[in-house]
Amino acid sequence: MFFSLVDVVAVPDGYDARVDFIAPGVLALAVMSTAMVSLGIGTGFERQYGVLKRLGATPLGRGRWLAAKVTTVLVTIAVQMAVLIPTAVVLGWRPDGPLVALVPALLAGTAAFAGLGLLLAGTLRGTVTLGVANGLYVILLLAGGMVFPLEQLPDAVETVARLLPAAALTGAVTSSVESGAGDPGAWVVLGVWAVAMPVLATWRFRWERAGAGVTRWRRRGRGAGAGAQPKLTNRWGGYRQPPAVRPCPRRRLVRTGGTSP
Amino acid sequence: MADRDVLVEVDDLVVRYGDLTAVDGISFTARAGQVLAVLGPNGAGKTSTVETLEGYRRPTSGTVRVCGLDPVGDHRKLVGHIGVMLQAGGIPNQMRVGEAVRLYASYYPDPLEPGELIERVGLTGRTRTSWRQLSGGEQQRLSLALALVGRPRVAFLDEPTAGIDPAGRVVVRDLVTALAADGVCVVLTTHDLADAQRIADHIVIVDRGRVLASGTPDELTAGDRLSFGFTTAAGLDGAGLAAALDAVVTEGADGHYEVAGAPTPQRISALTTWLADRELSLADLQVGRRTLEEVFLTLTADPPAPGPPDRALADVPDVPDDPDGPSPRGDSPS
Repeated sequence: MFFSLVDVVAVPDGYDARVDFIAPGVLALAVMSTAMVSLGIGTGFERQYGVLKRLGATPLGRGRWLAAKVTTVLVTIAVQMAVLIPTAVVLGWRPDGPLVALVPALLAGTAAFAGLGLLLAGTLRGTVTLGVANGLYVILLLAGGMVFPLEQLPDAVETVARLLPAAALTGAVTSSVESGAGDPGAWVVLGVWAVAMPVLATWRFRWERAGAGVTRWRRRGRGAGAGAQPKLTNRWGGYRQPPAVRPCPRRRLVRTGGTSP
Repeated sequence: MADRDVLVEVDDLVVRYGDLTAVDGISFTARAGQVLAVLGPNGAGKTSTVETLEGYRRPTSGTVRVCGLDPVGDHRKLVGHIGVMLQAGGIPNQMRVGEAVRLYASYYPDPLEPGELIERVGLTGRTRTSWRQLSGGEQQRLSLALALVGRPRVAFLDEPTAGIDPAGRVVVRDLVTALAADGVCVVLTTHDLADAQRIADHIVIVDRGRVLASGTPDELTAGDRLSFGFTTAAGLDGAGLAAALDAVVTEGADGHYEVAGAPTPQRISALTTWLADRELSLADLQVGRRTLEEVFLTLTADPPAPGPPDRALADVPDVPDDPDGPSPRGDSPS
């Protein structure tokens, strides 16, 4: 709203009104927020807290779990569209094409960003996912043509930005409803992300957090762990001395913490 | 015929993580209506064993069967028949007790009634409390409820009494006993000797990934004692007592004495007479069967066997791998 009414950002040529540039960008932003940030962080913490692991021992199954996640994201985005589009229209947005034309771009964007969010959640720790998702969000917001036109970026940055999913989504959304604006080439870039990210996420996703089982024993490199004695306490609640840990030639096992409950 | 009752079979199971051997040739079976306790210290390989049975890990070698199925290959078929209580966590922080039980109930075709189950685990007043706000013991009891909600044929409970207060322990013990009476096969892990002795009707003692002993609590604690202890006033005439008992007597702290001889009736009689002559009271005379603790100490007193060079490392208590602890979840990108 703010950007549509106030002359903060220069609007590139080819738009009838300021809101005609901003509105598609905000729709793209909503998709990115929901599919990447919200889904990614939520799933990341579910993985870290063992929620996914626990669900794995129920008849829920991965298929239904994924379907529930996808449904949640799609419903959230649908609600956002139901709020944002009328708001934009009230502010003077007059899309050139039918709004139904938005659906393919929004779906492709959802696939790309949900894939990216799940890739982060399924490979990094919850807190790291939180940081990376938010960091990416800011970068992609600035380099996504959502509120700042890509044309205003330095040429080299613009070239890179156009290959990122955010600008591609914004371009696809814009070209869906604004005749003569947006970048049709964005469809190609968005299509690649929309296929690559879910595939990569499926391939790399790990259901158990990296802290489970034996990996609770953190392996330290020679530098950090050198000279550190393996700290094993209370293995038997004091019944006997803990046995020696076999030193590894290149690394040492160091207990990361915790005592007998 | 009896084999049809065998619901859990572990045959020469080996689980390795890279160069660490967590489980090194464990075998046991458990039947319907049986409570089998896998007992051992942290790092003994208990959790690795149970998680292999739950289908979370693939055996490096050996076989496991649950309800006659391969926990990994037949996972989909199996999950409806098992109930799992993880060592820690597994529930989203914000989820309330009632929500969690109803949600998990919705995964199963014929679940227990959520309200009754919540009452059975003693959380009736807490149905609207979120996971994060539950005490450790309440979290354990909710986890237990979620493991049971689907009416499992086999229940795997990883440290079900860890972090629970005595009253909660009684709740858990009663539930486990009731489950077994209903014909459920319960496999639980614990490092609590008293728990194992009270709940289980079959105990498998493991350490460093190997079975040290197994049997019923009675079988494990059977056997003659070669020494006994008692408590009375400190500072007795040790030589005189030793002569009376015809055995070496060593005085420990707080008036506790160990007699290095079997507790024969003659010795006991001599001891009580000797104390009576000096008008000393006798407290805490231990002459019965060995306790499980003694069995344990005997089994584990030997220096580490020269067997596998790798120490079992798999089942240290669950600690967050994030040194800063869990951070508040943030959905907002701002």
